[in-house]
Amino acid sequence: MHRFILPLIFSLLFITSAHAGIDETINNLTKPIAILIGQIVFFKIPIFGAQLPVVVLWLVAGAVFFTFYMGFVNLRGFKHAIQLVRGDYADPDSAGEVSHFQALATAVSGTVGIGNIGGVAVAVTVGGPGATFWLIVAGFLGMSTKFVECTLGVKYRSENPDGSVSGGPMYYLKKGFADRGMEGFGKFIGTFYAIGIFIGALGIGNMFQSNQAYVQLNHVSGGALDGLGWLVGLILAAVVFVVIIGGIKSIAKVTEKVVPFMAVFYCLFALIVILLNYASIPEAIANIFAGAFTGEGVAGGALGAMIIGFQRAVFSNEAGIGSASIAHAAVRTDEPVTEGYVSLLEPFIDTIVICTITALVIGTSQVADPGFAGDAKGIAMTSSAFERQFSWFPYPLALAAVLFAFSTMISWSYYGLKGWTYMFGEGEKGQNIYKVIFCAFVALGCMVQLGPLLDISDALVFLICVPNILGLYFLAPVVRAEMNSYLARLDSGEIKKFK
Amino acid sequence: MTQCMLLAVDGSQGGDRALEYSIAQVKDRGIELIVAYVIEWSPYSFNTPEENAERHKRRESEISRAKKTIIDPAMEKLAGHNIKAESIVRHGAPVETLNDLAKKHNVDQIVIGRRGQSGIKSLLFGSVAGSLIQTSEVPITVVP
Repeated sequence: MHRFILPLIFSLLFITSAHAGIDETINNLTKPIAILIGQIVFFKIPIFGAQLPVVVLWLVAGAVFFTFYMGFVNLRGFKHAIQLVRGDYADPDSAGEVSHFQALATAVSGTVGIGNIGGVAVAVTVGGPGATFWLIVAGFLGMSTKFVECTLGVKYRSENPDGSVSGGPMYYLKKGFADRGMEGFGKFIGTFYAIGIFIGALGIGNMFQSNQAYVQLNHVSGGALDGLGWLVGLILAAVVFVVIIGGIKSIAKVTEKVVPFMAVFYCLFALIVILLNYASIPEAIANIFAGAFTGEGVAGGALGAMIIGFQRAVFSNEAGIGSASIAHAAVRTDEPVTEGYVSLLEPFIDTIVICTITALVIGTSQVADPGFAGDAKGIAMTSSAFERQFSWFPYPLALAAVLFAFSTMISWSYYGLKGWTYMFGEGEKGQNIYKVIFCAFVALGCMVQLGPLLDISDALVFLICVPNILGLYFLAPVVRAEMNSYLARLDSGEIKKFK
Repeated sequence: MTQCMLLAVDGSQGGDRALEYSIAQVKDRGIELIVAYVIEWSPYSFNTPEENAERHKRRESEISRAKKTIIDPAMEKLAGHNIKAESIVRHGAPVETLNDLAKKHNVDQIVIGRRGQSGIKSLLFGSVAGSLIQTSEVPITVVP
């Protein structure tokens, strides 16, 4: 079947791209859609002169509630999370199963993406330096949400007849509500989520990534790729195609191995840039705190900065979206809560560490030279900040961006696939149809500009928070009971340390 | 005197020779024998979500393949000599895992074959027997 589909898509894309200004055409087409979806999902209520999207309030309220309800598990569970990842509690008899470290690494490589490099720049541009403060706060609160959703992901997963596992919000919504005598509602809300994660996989996990990879490549090539978004898109789509449909696992394998090194490399150089801007550090940090509470020059003031910080944090660490619980559900453990503990490290690494570092790179550069980035936005702005210190840095950054984008797309193709198979069953033919659609959107992502694209992507991701967090509220008592029972057995020594 | 011996096999000829040696040592002496095979695996690798989802299935098939091709023939040979032995297949880093097993089962001697790698190859990939000698808490017999 692949033999026919691949040439078909490619020739279709080539025919359409033969017309001049394809980017513009698609842009004009997506703009009204972006505006419409944005208006629905980000329905705003005016509050003290700022515009507060209801969905952001929904997320933050959830994160605050889970932080209190779980007794500040984001603080108190931190040490235990590290012990679990180190393998202190790993039973040697179950060696060979997915380890806590592996589950965390897989989930982190799905979340550490271009959002950490480009999304932060967007936040600082729109929300001022103060947005960084709220980004960190959101990361901290998000740890609790992640804890709840990943525990549930493992607890309610399904085992397929072939021994593989499928888990995630659609499963815990369906089974969790059924357990509480609301079978019909659980089915409805599970399907709603499955549709949402499928569409989200085409947005945040796909179009946004390929778009930003293209922007970065274009930036380093000095604009040589202007108007060639379709070409870059086709190449990226072809690579994703051979990995997820052609089953060429070696490319994915290489990426999964290179990405962690890239992340370390990125953080290391970011720290060097911050140190080289040492004279600007105090002022940059002062700006973050001052901006957080005064919101000077930001539409909506402090509240405006806060909203943007929260919005970007969720976009980056995915707490509340439920996607990571699909990845964590693969772990085989008798204690679902252990996976919850491990997962709370994810927003920590992603948002509190990596995003903050990026924000400081931009912040210190801004203090030293307010006009350093020119008109550059998003990832191009971050790139300019690095370029001030290392003229060659845009090249490895472009490579890192493409690899981050690629690994995020691979992870999200799986999340979307699980939504798809939840709806249409595990049949192979159906899975291939999904994968072809996914690749088409990779190409599409490079053809549209950041504005409408980012809006659609954001809106779709926030939309699936609604059913997910609703389910988390209902099932939070289950998680708390699991946690308390686990902690009691940990105290009594029933759960043994092996190292 | 040796009470319990751990034999590490890996399907290589060196492993076969170690088996022969162990038979000669254990036979009619009432020494407990444990035959172990370690499937090389690290909990710290990076995988795609799809690989994670299929991991349990893969693990089962790795274990059954190891049993069929390496452990079962060894156990048959031992049975032919009227030697009763316990067999273990485990995932992990070979040296660390063998040391852990030795400790857990109160083993007082480990027998292992060697691959006879030399020069660059052993420098690059290391040698299980060599590292075991450096780290083991019980005496080791390396069978050439």
